[in-house]
Amino acid sequence: MENKNINAGNWTSRTNKTVHHLAIWTGGWVLTMALATFGPQFLWVDNQFLTITAIVLNLAIGLGMILANIRHLKVLDEMMQKIQLEAMGLALGLGVVGGLSYSLLDVTNIISSDAEISYLVILIALTYITAVFINHKRYQ
Amino acid sequence: MKNRLKVLRAERDWTQADLAQALEVSRQTVNAIENGKYDPSLPLAFKISRLFGMPIEEIFEDGEGS
Repeated sequence: MENKNINAGNWTSRTNKTVHHLAIWTGGWVLTMALATFGPQFLWVDNQFLTITAIVLNLAIGLGMILANIRHLKVLDEMMQKIQLEAMGLALGLGVVGGLSYSLLDVTNIISSDAEISYLVILIALTYITAVFINHKRYQ
Repeated sequence: MKNRLKVLRAERDWTQADLAQALEVSRQTVNAIENGKYDPSLPLAFKISRLFGMPIEEIFEDGEGS
């Protein structure tokens, strides 16, 4: 093992660190999303200042989560970056195409209910998770 | 692309995790390269070459050549 790069251990700890940071930011974003959603119903009623504060906080932490994700992606190795890129590209493409088709169904009154953005988020998330899983299997 | 990574690693009694750490990639990436499922970029191929102290062409074999 004498030929090995002396900085080798840094990469693993750097990767673990970015995963840890991303998990913290994601957890914070989910919590503030819950706060902004349920706060006006259960914690404070008719207090617009607190509602706006919760939404701004959620937005700020969401931006932090995006930056943490970018930092995490930059630390990944080239194959993992490729897997992520393909999965994100597919999720984005399907999200745009599927989302607009879904919106058209609503606008043209083919479906009786209103188009909900949550369905789009679920579609993007499931597409991304499935694509990452399939890509990992493909390179095994 | 075929390669001799698995043999070279075994000769040195390294695990995939050892090699992955030395190359600063994941163990899955080492596994994919060894199995020919993923072709490394030129910088990574040079890194592998430096690690084993061998020219790239002695480690990787161009499947379309000869």
